[in-house]
Amino acid sequence: MISFASFPTVSDYSGYNKPHHPHGESDDAYMDLDADYDQTDGSRLTCPGEMLTSSQDYMRGHGTYVVDEDVIASVAGTIERVNKLVTVRATSGRYNPEVGDLVVGRITEVQPRRWKVDANGRQDAILMLSSVNLPGGVQRRKLESDELQMRNFFEEGDLLVAEVQAFFITDGSMSLHTRSLRYGKLRNGQLVTVPPILVRRLKSHFIALPCGVDLILGLNGYIWVSKHVKAAEQEGEEGFDAEGVYSNVNDDIDETTRTAISRVTNIVRILASHFVPLTDTVLTEAYDWTVDQQGGVKDLLTEDFGDALVASLVSRS
Amino acid sequence: MGSRVEISNEGGYRSDGRRQFELRDITINLAQQGQADGSAIITHGLTQVLVSVFGPREAKLRSQTIHDRASINVEVNVAAFSTGERRRRGRGDKRVLEIGATIKSTFEPVVQTMLYPRTQIDVYITVLQQDGGLLQACINGTTLALMNAGIPMLDFVCAVTGGVHSTSPMLDLTTLEENDVPHVTVATMPRTGKVALVTMETRLHVDRFEEIFRLAGEAGKVLHREMKGAVMARTSTLATAMGRQRSVDKDGDEQMHE
Repeated sequence: MISFASFPTVSDYSGYNKPHHPHGESDDAYMDLDADYDQTDGSRLTCPGEMLTSSQDYMRGHGTYVVDEDVIASVAGTIERVNKLVTVRATSGRYNPEVGDLVVGRITEVQPRRWKVDANGRQDAILMLSSVNLPGGVQRRKLESDELQMRNFFEEGDLLVAEVQAFFITDGSMSLHTRSLRYGKLRNGQLVTVPPILVRRLKSHFIALPCGVDLILGLNGYIWVSKHVKAAEQEGEEGFDAEGVYSNVNDDIDETTRTAISRVTNIVRILASHFVPLTDTVLTEAYDWTVDQQGGVKDLLTEDFGDALVASLVSRS
Repeated sequence: MGSRVEISNEGGYRSDGRRQFELRDITINLAQQGQADGSAIITHGLTQVLVSVFGPREAKLRSQTIHDRASINVEVNVAAFSTGERRRRGRGDKRVLEIGATIKSTFEPVVQTMLYPRTQIDVYITVLQQDGGLLQACINGTTLALMNAGIPMLDFVCAVTGGVHSTSPMLDLTTLEENDVPHVTVATMPRTGKVALVTMETRLHVDRFEEIFRLAGEAGKVLHREMKGAVMARTSTLATAMGRQRSVDKDGDEQMHE
């Protein structure tokens, strides 16, 4: 099985987590160290203009540039090394898409045979009419009449979940597809945005919390929190129900579910403001903790409560 | 000059109690401001500037897209309450537009715009308080905000104002001094020592220029140390906050395997 390890895991194997001695020991295999580097996490930090290493021994990766055989950092972040490749991963910044990523986006424009989607990337993503499932079967051909009624499927402002399909060679913008029953238009919930770096690549980005709330963790930092949909309803039959998939109307959501959705949304906001990476375990723990504390949903947004929540999560680890 | 203000007294102190080459206090705040991708609040003494950076993102107007690199769009807004005398400066004010254009041309060669073709980087600068050295504060703030937004840059850009009173050069002028003393703003890139910007609006004797220019370059290095410290502290805070949680993830995985 091919596994896609996230960046931090890779660096664990790269030999960088071994203890370094900033002074004295001249170990040329490693890049030279400076007293400024933070070593709490085993990873080293840098900022633009810092010399990292010589370009004769190493290849430059993202976040670096070469001048006179010196590899120099161009962003502030952690230095990562895979064999001879040196990269600097910025601690903040926009979403950097990769093929296969799950993203949540918002339609910004309807164009001939395509939609433009804001997916927090450096350019708007493109969703072609040919990469969506249309009512009347998966294998159906796209007709001229479909082109004329594109707004019946997605309109400006609609939210959708999709997968990155490919990149355009011309300008590197991403092309999305929704050719799965799990993808498509979003309803019954609300959107939260967090810094994209906080969403790691997980086994599944569709999370169903025990409290009856579904989460979609878009790798672009857009997170959709919604009412739980039963798996049977979602799967549908072969000729899937177009009304449901492209519907603009919310289902009935009862008071408790609404409260749960708001609570999860606020938890995500708190974790993001404390720069805590989001995973299903962390979210579940956080939810249980807030329920134990018997705080109201809006109490979550007070600073003390947020600090206490994050402190409890850290102490548990 | 015929000014009644004493620029430096017999003891060699300036009107705010500083020495000739002394810089004002600097504070840097790199916390998240609203929805901006990167932001910075920098103060040089009583001059305070807030810079927010958005992007790289899709350009709003198709005419602004450049097919092989990102375009940088700088908008400066001077708050009416920022000066002693309350005065509204509109968006079309020539002084304000000029500051914006200067900052844009300073950063175009420093930001690696060719990595992001057909996009736009928006820099919004809000001047909250001004007491001299407006351009230097704007440039330093923009450097920090761009770095905070994770936009690749060749180096820091550190700007400082230098002036000359009769024959003695001085650094980091206040409004009071800027009104009386010929001054020049110099922005340097400390790694290579290259100069990104030299600008002046007053007349300065050519014999004095070199001395001030060199001094401003030295002061740039001091500023670089401060700015780098702030950027590293911010990066370190974020990295530890994320690293702390990594152990939680591992616990979660183990539970799942059991």
